[in-house]
Amino acid sequence: MQSANRTEVEDFLFNEAELLDQWRLPEWLTLFTDDARYEVPCTDLPADASSDVNLFYIADDRARLGERVKRLMKRTAHAEFPHSKTSRIVGNVRIHARHEDEIDVTSVFQTLRTKDGVTDLYFGTNKYRLALRDDSFRIREKRCLLGGEGLRPSGRISIVL
Amino acid sequence: MNAEQPQPALLVDPAERIFKVARRNFVDPEIFRAEKEMIFDRSWLYLGHSSELPKPGDFITRKVAGRGILFTRDSKGQLRALLNTCPHRGAQVCRERKGNAKSFQCFYHGWVFGADGKLRSQPGEASYPEGFKGRDTSNMQPVPRFETYRDFNFISFDSNIMPLVDYLAGAKEYLDVICDQTDAGMSIVAGSQEYSIRANWKLLTENSIDGYHAATTHATYFDILMSSTDNLATGMGAGGYGYDLGNGHAVLEYGAPWGRPVAQWIPGWGEAGKSEIGRIYDNLVARHGQERADRIARRNRNLFIFPNLVVNDIMALTVRTYFPMAPDYMVINAWALAPNDESAWARKYRLNNFLEFLGPGGFATPDDAEALEHCQRGFENSKEALWNDISKGMGKEKAQHDDELQMRAFWTQWNKQMFPAPASGIKSVAA
Repeated sequence: MQSANRTEVEDFLFNEAELLDQWRLPEWLTLFTDDARYEVPCTDLPADASSDVNLFYIADDRARLGERVKRLMKRTAHAEFPHSKTSRIVGNVRIHARHEDEIDVTSVFQTLRTKDGVTDLYFGTNKYRLALRDDSFRIREKRCLLGGEGLRPSGRISIVL
Repeated sequence: MNAEQPQPALLVDPAERIFKVARRNFVDPEIFRAEKEMIFDRSWLYLGHSSELPKPGDFITRKVAGRGILFTRDSKGQLRALLNTCPHRGAQVCRERKGNAKSFQCFYHGWVFGADGKLRSQPGEASYPEGFKGRDTSNMQPVPRFETYRDFNFISFDSNIMPLVDYLAGAKEYLDVICDQTDAGMSIVAGSQEYSIRANWKLLTENSIDGYHAATTHATYFDILMSSTDNLATGMGAGGYGYDLGNGHAVLEYGAPWGRPVAQWIPGWGEAGKSEIGRIYDNLVARHGQERADRIARRNRNLFIFPNLVVNDIMALTVRTYFPMAPDYMVINAWALAPNDESAWARKYRLNNFLEFLGPGGFATPDDAEALEHCQRGFENSKEALWNDISKGMGKEKAQHDDELQMRAFWTQWNKQMFPAPASGIKSVAA
């Protein structure tokens, strides 16, 4: 993967979206490195804000991301029981920088979520640091920058964005 | 409200230990309309925290009970709450969320106002009489009432409302306990959680002071907590009580197994955390004595200030306010509050704690939202299934944290404001 090109990155991100749409969350979790982070800052923060000193919506290290997946697969995760139906569109995929063992990637997402007769739209930009592996990539960081102001009317991020 | 209501809003009979709330109160557009006038126009409403405007010229625009408010710190350092509308022809003067400015110019005709709301200049001044700028009516209008308690700033649209300190009643002492975590002052951490729930706003009031729902609604959170605290030496709700604080305010105060940045250590925080938490705790003992230090450090408080402010002093410190937009839709703003003298380590763990449980991406709040939305759905049956029951713990000498005394305190005040005697409308009536 030293010559990672955009088509390969797109395949990887499209696959990620499919795993999430199909609620194959334990499988999705294997896409992450052991030191991975998954973060969603509040929409009134700058894009590079640190979760150590700012309030986010989500700031998971790999351990908590694991707990998130475990939780979402339980019947007692009431916000997602029964599971919502989602449809993710990923586009505008770009490689911004190449480092020795990872690349910086952005994509734009639009995610529709339907539950109990209500459909909400989540949209924004995902910023990835993708670690290069022999056969593919692993996500070292996924930062989801929500478009729009706040979480209205969607109200919550009970799915993975 | 007219007298021809199909049923009372509350059904109360202390002797029979009956306290029922009409589900109509959550769905009826007439109730929603009346609440604007009788509740939100006649209460003290939280606007913001002084720390959000540290420097002269700092400003925030914020919506409170449907009004656009421009919250500023003027050039002399004084906080101001202005109605964000031009005295000339009504346009919103400030259209930014926040910032720092020497003056505000209405873009429609170019009138310029100071951070104190006073008219500084307007194009074509020669066409106005001498002394026009000196008139009060030429300035941006302040909110009718604006008062502050320990950096919590409140406004009221009722110019005759009682002073804030009197209004706070028993809640004042709990704000003191919370603010006494430090003598360096507290600040709102950057980052606002702005979300919504498709449910009536009063459901969130109830939920915020509900010690009864945790075990089932938040089962998944407690599963995770078990693994980070090793043992639950301090059980959930240990020695916990609920209190009616007067004027509709209420609080739960209880022990809990989670870590508290001020100041209850858990094994998940390691040895570094242990010495840091120990230092914070020792400081509290030195400043407040053992008994009060224990209360500050190891008890948890879900404090509700009527009608729509929640200050949770739990695994983190949160400030949350919410407003109805429709009978079945509310918007919520939530912030993290933290001591100014906190170390980088403690700040990080505080925010980590916050996000684990709280907020629309946490492991608990989404399930609360789901519960409230499903109450709202259940109320589709409110024409036939008329009543909610909040009688748990009625008649006890001291209500436990998982009784429903707190909700009864809220609803009693709500009813008093909605249907003031001797109006002919609904009153709380015996069964």
